[in-house]
Amino acid sequence: MTPVEPITGSRLRHSLEDRPTGGAPQPFVEVDRLSLYYEGKPAFQDVTLSINKGCMTALVGPSGCGKTSFLTCLNRLTDLIAGCRVSGRITIDALAVLAPDTDVIQLRRRIGMIFQKPNPFPLTIRRNLEFPLREHGIRDRGQITQTMETTLRDVGLWDEVKNRLDSPALALSGGQQQRLCIARALALLPEVLLMDEPCSALDPLSGGVVEDLIVSLRGRYTVLIVTHNLAQARRIADHAALFWVQNGAGRLIEAGTAKQIFEEPRDPLTAAYVSGMRG
Amino acid sequence: MAETLSRPQNPREWLALVLVWGAAGLVTAVFCWLLGDIVWHGLSHVSWTFLTAPPENAGRRGGIGPILVSTSLILGVCLSVSLPIGIGTAVLLAEFTSNHSLFGRMTRRSLDVLAGVPSIVFGLFGNAFFCKTLGLGFSILSGGLTLACMVLPILIRSTEEGFRAVPTSYRLSAAALGLSRTTTLVHLLLPAAVPGLLVGLVLGVGRAIAETAALIFTSGYVDRMPESLLDSGRALSIHIFDLSMNVSGGDANAYASALVLVIMLLAINGTVSWLAIYGLHRKIVAA
Repeated sequence: MTPVEPITGSRLRHSLEDRPTGGAPQPFVEVDRLSLYYEGKPAFQDVTLSINKGCMTALVGPSGCGKTSFLTCLNRLTDLIAGCRVSGRITIDALAVLAPDTDVIQLRRRIGMIFQKPNPFPLTIRRNLEFPLREHGIRDRGQITQTMETTLRDVGLWDEVKNRLDSPALALSGGQQQRLCIARALALLPEVLLMDEPCSALDPLSGGVVEDLIVSLRGRYTVLIVTHNLAQARRIADHAALFWVQNGAGRLIEAGTAKQIFEEPRDPLTAAYVSGMRG
Repeated sequence: MAETLSRPQNPREWLALVLVWGAAGLVTAVFCWLLGDIVWHGLSHVSWTFLTAPPENAGRRGGIGPILVSTSLILGVCLSVSLPIGIGTAVLLAEFTSNHSLFGRMTRRSLDVLAGVPSIVFGLFGNAFFCKTLGLGFSILSGGLTLACMVLPILIRSTEEGFRAVPTSYRLSAAALGLSRTTTLVHLLLPAAVPGLLVGLVLGVGRAIAETAALIFTSGYVDRMPESLLDSGRALSIHIFDLSMNVSGGDANAYASALVLVIMLLAINGTVSWLAIYGLHRKIVAA
């Protein structure tokens, strides 16, 4: 078992059987009949899903079935998209996300998001971390420096960049940029992390490092990760949810523990997808 | 490969080569001839005294001191009005207006039409509105404001393009970090959009400083040293026009003034480019 995954193998990763299955479920994110329309055209419809605190949930499925759109509803990035309409209900820790009077700034502070393509700001490494902190009212220099070091250590970047914090973030490699983006999100002490295929734009080696980092976040954050990589979902997720396009709109086909989805799928579509027959 | 590129084999390729080089050569030659002519005739007359002394005998003798001051004041009025309005409108169009909305389309269409309106029309408008209706008379203020109207369409459109060139991922990642739109705008989008703004500035200033028709009707002809923005003042381009068209024996000073104008333009363009490269580097660091 041990020598199988030389790059992505990690002591933090445990077998499907050992992972928390939500025996005493503590739903943290609850999604009820959520639908999203772009210019009246549905991206996904009627998604009902409950996500437990501290769990890592993988959203899998073919392209265009609304996985990414689903993530952007949770932190209301959909507000930025013209012609986009969301219906249904989302509660995160008893907060009604879609309610018009919800403070989106505070909401987004509690929900970090990592994008497919690393997107550090065109500033120095230091400014990338410092700027969001300052904007959220943390102005104490000591505290900022402390947070910067802690989060950079958390993502395994500290030793690589500690001597060049004032060089441009865009000069870092793709994998380092992605880890910087994760550090930037972690610095705001979020409770939920949304990850949209965080490894897919990286080369396999850097992707492996980022994956290890994501695994190390297990239990500390409630993570929703979109991935096209079934092997990755199988390696890291506690729970999994399969999305599929049906009648021109994305639908949630099946959700459950990773063990159940990958080993005893109930829906024939899930069975075909996880066995590699479809998708 | 280089062999085949440098030596075309068939006659059609030769023809194409000759046409392309000919066109490029012609353009360069015309520019060099123009510049050479101005430098040849003008350089010997340019001196410190010429730059500071007032014109005498309708400009045949003396210098262009008051004219330089008027020109700078007109340009100053023009920029201090057009920059804030221009950036504001560009932000509204690029960040807060959808591409397809009626308001956005109408505004863009109007700006594009305005950018193509002949300057003499702006001059007549300025004369009617600023000089007469607002009662500012023939003054540096009227001239500067008229130029601002003329420069605005160019400035707004290229600044807007600057904002649109900023990748959407900046906006999304900023929003996902819980940054407000104002913060995102001031700290991320504005610095990233500056190259577009500077392009607009170079084009706008170039158009403004070389403007004659719009200023004849608004800032006037008076070549005395202006005492306030409400005084009439003669811009450099008008001075050149006047010396070469209306004043016999004014050719030498016209050449010298033209040389000063060209140098001013080059200096402004150079400064803006320098700002773009070095000034920005401190604020925003790209790889």
